[in-house]
Amino acid sequence: MKNTLNLFFALLLIAIVQSPANAAGGHGAVLDDVDLNMKDTASLQNGAKLFMNYCLSCHSAAYARYNRVAEDLDIPPALLKENLMFTTEKTGDLMQTTMSADDAKRWFGVTPPDLTLVARVRKPNWLYTYLRAFYLDESSPSGWNNSLFENVAMPHALYELQGVQRVVGKVDADNADVATDDSVKVVGDTIFELDHPGMMSPRQFDEAMKDLTAFLTYLAEPAQMQRKSIGVFTLAFLIILMGLSYLLKKEYWRDVH
Amino acid sequence: MAIHRHDNHKSANAFMEWVDRRLPVTKVWNEHLAEYYAAKNFNFWYYFGSLSLLILVIQILTGIFLTMHYKPDAALAFASVEYIMRDVPYGWLVRYLHSTGASAFFVVVYLHMFRGLIYGSHREPRELVWLIGCVIFVALMAEAFMGYLLPWGNMSYWGAQVIISLFDVIPYFGPLLTEWIRGDFVISDATLNRFFAFHVIMLPLILVALVFLHLVALHQVGSNNPDGIDIFEHVDENGKPLDGVAFHPYYTVKDIVGVCGFLIIYLGVVFFAPEFGGIFLEKDNFAPANPLQTPPDIVPLWYFTPYYSILRANTFNFFWIDAKVWGVVFMALSLIVFFLLPWLDRSPVKSIRYRSQPFKIALVIFLAAFFLLGWLGMNPVTPTNTLLAQIGTVAYFGFFFLMPWFTSIGKTKPVPDRVTGDEH
Repeated sequence: MKNTLNLFFALLLIAIVQSPANAAGGHGAVLDDVDLNMKDTASLQNGAKLFMNYCLSCHSAAYARYNRVAEDLDIPPALLKENLMFTTEKTGDLMQTTMSADDAKRWFGVTPPDLTLVARVRKPNWLYTYLRAFYLDESSPSGWNNSLFENVAMPHALYELQGVQRVVGKVDADNADVATDDSVKVVGDTIFELDHPGMMSPRQFDEAMKDLTAFLTYLAEPAQMQRKSIGVFTLAFLIILMGLSYLLKKEYWRDVH
Repeated sequence: MAIHRHDNHKSANAFMEWVDRRLPVTKVWNEHLAEYYAAKNFNFWYYFGSLSLLILVIQILTGIFLTMHYKPDAALAFASVEYIMRDVPYGWLVRYLHSTGASAFFVVVYLHMFRGLIYGSHREPRELVWLIGCVIFVALMAEAFMGYLLPWGNMSYWGAQVIISLFDVIPYFGPLLTEWIRGDFVISDATLNRFFAFHVIMLPLILVALVFLHLVALHQVGSNNPDGIDIFEHVDENGKPLDGVAFHPYYTVKDIVGVCGFLIIYLGVVFFAPEFGGIFLEKDNFAPANPLQTPPDIVPLWYFTPYYSILRANTFNFFWIDAKVWGVVFMALSLIVFFLLPWLDRSPVKSIRYRSQPFKIALVIFLAAFFLLGWLGMNPVTPTNTLLAQIGTVAYFGFFFLMPWFTSIGKTKPVPDRVTGDEH
């Protein structure tokens, strides 16, 4: 019986590990993997710069405060006030947007969502793919579309950096190995061709979007780095305590037969 | 120095005598700890009772600190949780301890219930211990359900919407009842406020009172053991069971080891995977409640998913009554059957160690059905999944309703006189 139960739990474990619920992505979208290094302060700082300059004009990050971001990312207060704050003078303020919600609704049809927690709702791979998947589409109201998020209301806010790209086709069985170069690129399951180059090369742009994704991931949970370092000490302490308490237990139980 | 120590001891004794004349501290300590005898062969499965108590204390303490910063107001609730996560010193830790604690509570309680099931702890004379335990389980589900609305995320909102609207199927009173529960025509500020009151005052009081009764009832009849035999049938000249050890210090020191093991896993999740891959904290709940935007899949938290699957499984209009009504009836029944267990089980022996083969086979089928239903409850409805849920539901109820039959057939093994297997 014990063997049957053990076998049952072993099979269960395999089922959990293999479960499609654990597969990344969900809902079948093809996403590009991004390998973030949350300890790379320079990358996070660059992400913060991009975020404050390009995202915060329409989106808010209204659960986060400027001074906390500066403190966590080693940004000097003077630099913060001068280069990264456009909506307020007080460094302790929440990161609000300059655009009013009513204007946003009138201009885009929807209020741009708050981005503080977007990395926890969407996950980094989704963001990294989405940010690189905008393309020119004359039929859409904004003139832009996105291959990961079809008919998204958001225009391509970063086009001056990336340039303008067009959809060439989808990656499928016939062309699984697309030759990518400086003008042809695969994002998710879509093949793009660069029409007009931007201020960055495709490689630089990918790197910048990785920084931005890292910053958004940080922003969604500022405690994540602290949490892991405290966790290591806590678990080390508990393992020692468990060893000692086991010895104590053995001592007490010595005369129980 | 020696004189001083002697004096201290004497005055401590005098103090305890003074107290004991007025409050039975020593008497209670002895009856329930120092002279409460439990079988000496408790194994791994016997950690989960004291661990449930530990988590109850963790949840109450972290809950108190959360209420100091949380705002039970539809316009402020979501932001106040993020305020706790960002601006309150170590607020993130308190919040993760509480959110992970909810899942840990169910893990530990499910293991505790499973222990009862395999060693026959629900059998005579412990029926009331089991019944009170079942009420605790239902109260815990209510506590968890109401607590899940408080962060006011989009899954909080829609989860509550779906579950509360289940009461709609009750004939005649249904719509009136749902409106009364919500305090509004939809989930709203009024609902949030009353759920806050229930979650932080009413249900914790009920839970603490029930846990107290659970322990009083247990100590009235004594703890079961992995052999399912009565240790008081063999006592020494002082009436102390030969196979028993005093709960304190033997099981208190042993439980410290269990507590350490539990904390390593629990805090491992808190510090390294508080979302637990979207199972403990669902990703849609990081977006604020939005009555106009339904999440793609409304999924309850993992501990409700077996019952949620049973709710969704039925597609037949038995006796011309709508399938949805039957779904609610079956879901309610899936919890009620736990209460009937002491009277459904007719086996001449208590412990799985001596039970007949048919019981063991039925138990494995039940476990498989329970996990299958749990997994299906996290996944979208498809024709295949619905069929699997129906098979799982039949197996789930089959375990309970066929129990009088399969526990009375097959050959049981002889039960020993004295406890076996010194697991310590």
